[in-house]
Amino acid sequence: MLRSILIVVLTIGVLGTSFWGYKEHQDKNAVLIQAENSYQRSFHELTYYTDLLHDKIGTSLAMNSKSSLSPQLVEIWRISSEALANVGQLPLSLLPFNKTEEFLSNIGDFTYRTAVRDLDKEPLSDKEVASLKDLYEQSKEIKNELRQVQHAVLENDLRWMDVELALATQEEPLDNTIIDGFKTVEKKVEGYAETNMDSPIIGEIGKKQDLTNLDGKKISKKNAITYGKKLFNIKDHKDIQLSQSGEGSDTPLYTLSYEGKDKRAYLDMSVHGGHPISLLIERPIEKKELSLNEGFERAKKYIEENDFKNMSLYQSTEYKQIGVYSFIYEEDDVKIYPDSLEVKIALDNGDILGLTTKNYFINHKERDIPTPDLTKDEALQKVNKNVEILEDSLAVIRNELGEEVLTYEFLGTYGDETYRIFINAMNGKEEKVEKLGSSEMNYSGM
Amino acid sequence: MLSNRIFQVIVVVTLLSVLHYAYPSKPVNAFSSQVVQHGAVGDDVIELQARLQYLGFYNKEIDGVFGWSTYWALRNFQYEFGLEIDGLAGTTTKQKLAKASKYNEQYVKEKIYSGKKFSHYGGTKENESTKTKNQGQANENTSNQANQATPAVNVPNGYSQNDITLLSNAVHGEARGEPYEGQVAVAAVILNRVQSPTFPNTISGVIFEPRAFTAVADGQIWLTPNDTSRRAVLDAINGWDPSGNALYYFNPDTATSEWIWTRPQIKKIGKHIFCK
Repeated sequence: MLRSILIVVLTIGVLGTSFWGYKEHQDKNAVLIQAENSYQRSFHELTYYTDLLHDKIGTSLAMNSKSSLSPQLVEIWRISSEALANVGQLPLSLLPFNKTEEFLSNIGDFTYRTAVRDLDKEPLSDKEVASLKDLYEQSKEIKNELRQVQHAVLENDLRWMDVELALATQEEPLDNTIIDGFKTVEKKVEGYAETNMDSPIIGEIGKKQDLTNLDGKKISKKNAITYGKKLFNIKDHKDIQLSQSGEGSDTPLYTLSYEGKDKRAYLDMSVHGGHPISLLIERPIEKKELSLNEGFERAKKYIEENDFKNMSLYQSTEYKQIGVYSFIYEEDDVKIYPDSLEVKIALDNGDILGLTTKNYFINHKERDIPTPDLTKDEALQKVNKNVEILEDSLAVIRNELGEEVLTYEFLGTYGDETYRIFINAMNGKEEKVEKLGSSEMNYSGM
Repeated sequence: MLSNRIFQVIVVVTLLSVLHYAYPSKPVNAFSSQVVQHGAVGDDVIELQARLQYLGFYNKEIDGVFGWSTYWALRNFQYEFGLEIDGLAGTTTKQKLAKASKYNEQYVKEKIYSGKKFSHYGGTKENESTKTKNQGQANENTSNQANQATPAVNVPNGYSQNDITLLSNAVHGEARGEPYEGQVAVAAVILNRVQSPTFPNTISGVIFEPRAFTAVADGQIWLTPNDTSRRAVLDAINGWDPSGNALYYFNPDTATSEWIWTRPQIKKIGKHIFCK
């Protein structure tokens, strides 16, 4: 009797302990993941901010007027302090990482000093431009190094908790990608000791998305499915599912989806007028057979067939076996940047893989484009003298306030970079300066 | 001095065009038949950059991505050779280029795939005899190398490959069983949050915000993402947003928060309900 009671008590004891242990283990894991996540966040933010810093400094090099340069310098100052805060969050106390911190605070000092100054009365001196250029080069190196470390971290699933452990136990030799990476960054910066998002022009800028522009009669579900069948490029419409958007949607939409043997298709269509807003087709893509240029011909024909008139190519990009094309509306040789749409083409057989027209439908309207008050040469006077202008045109863009303005668009180069500069055609204000470029060293493909 | 140089150019151009008419049927053993345009990636771009560099028009790295520097170099070439200046490497332009320059595919590729920066093609570093010997092999190798990765890749303006990886990690952890458009929509929600004033301003800030995503809280974000989530992320970055500009989504079967039900709903994709 006593024996069985003892067995029961002991069993309960053992079970209880193991349950308690398991709970503890769970809790500890949760805390560990939390800590790891906050390290990861700081690290990824640091690399992102360094990249952004490089970009913003590069753009500031091509700016001319106080009204665009001062805010840009303030922005750089802000980003450098954010980056600095991120460095502070990382478990690098055991690593000599002070040079990088110094570099970041140098940028901060420099931009703060120049940003609070009245640049109209006292523009950047040649020496200051030179040090800005220096900072640009340095930030490029640091950015590249950090991106490399980041790639290694993501590729090999490295954990910051392990770094901390490695640093704490002082294991020799320290063979840790993160630590080595940061040491390289630090070396790079040391060499420079003692030197003294942009919103996209395409589409909306922090503006409420309003699709009320969509006109036309309400179309029936049956017609919607017929249209969907055509866009999905399938024979049978029986497999198409249709649903209607809820109260949170900006505009009433029909959503069509199709699941086939080796293909999935999806379409958002406005209930009024039946305009295609977002089309996506997903299927395996075979070996690339078409060039980006042939894909462009398909895309152009496609949007013409779907009643988008006077669209011109703004940008084309090839990703693996896919071509992505941005088109903008053009009216009397004036480019209308807000009215943009994107088309995605499979470069194996030229099929349409996607179409998104939200920006086009949000912004497109009848416009009364004025004649410019300034001549092209007058506008050119407002552009930074260092930039060699190679192309120009008239364009309507949205400025920082979200208003549409008529501008002269200048494309030019400074150093290795290409810039797009918009000068208001009415009052000569430097509305926007953009550094162009969208390729990156291939980290993994080599 | 100057007129002398112009004269030289004229002589070269005339000679070239005379040659062109003298041997019209001779096929150009260069480039594929495809027109190369801004944004393209691959062997044709490597050849284009190498040839432009050989002639001194292009002085940046040969990286296989047709970016702005290549564009300006090509336009310069077209201008100097009296071609139509359109920044496209079409048939005429490619023929002119091929006649005016030399290109040793194998040599160039060896150089660029050795991982070093290579921006001096056309110097005297190349040995003439090995070149002719290698020419035949180079042509045979072309088909094998057609799908080799280029030293650089296109990325959407303002994003790094790492940002894309991080996003695909999040999308894969959160929505790997969902239909494709559901994955694009999850990526779009993250990007919408970056744009929104009420959320952090960076991708990593949004992803690692405490208690924002369950996959982050339980570590599922570190599962290796597949190609689908990567493509979904790219679509979202390039402007596709099946979520209808949503800031939140939840799975009605597992959602524990009452509050989430009060948000105005936009639509349901797969298991997720997307809302404002």
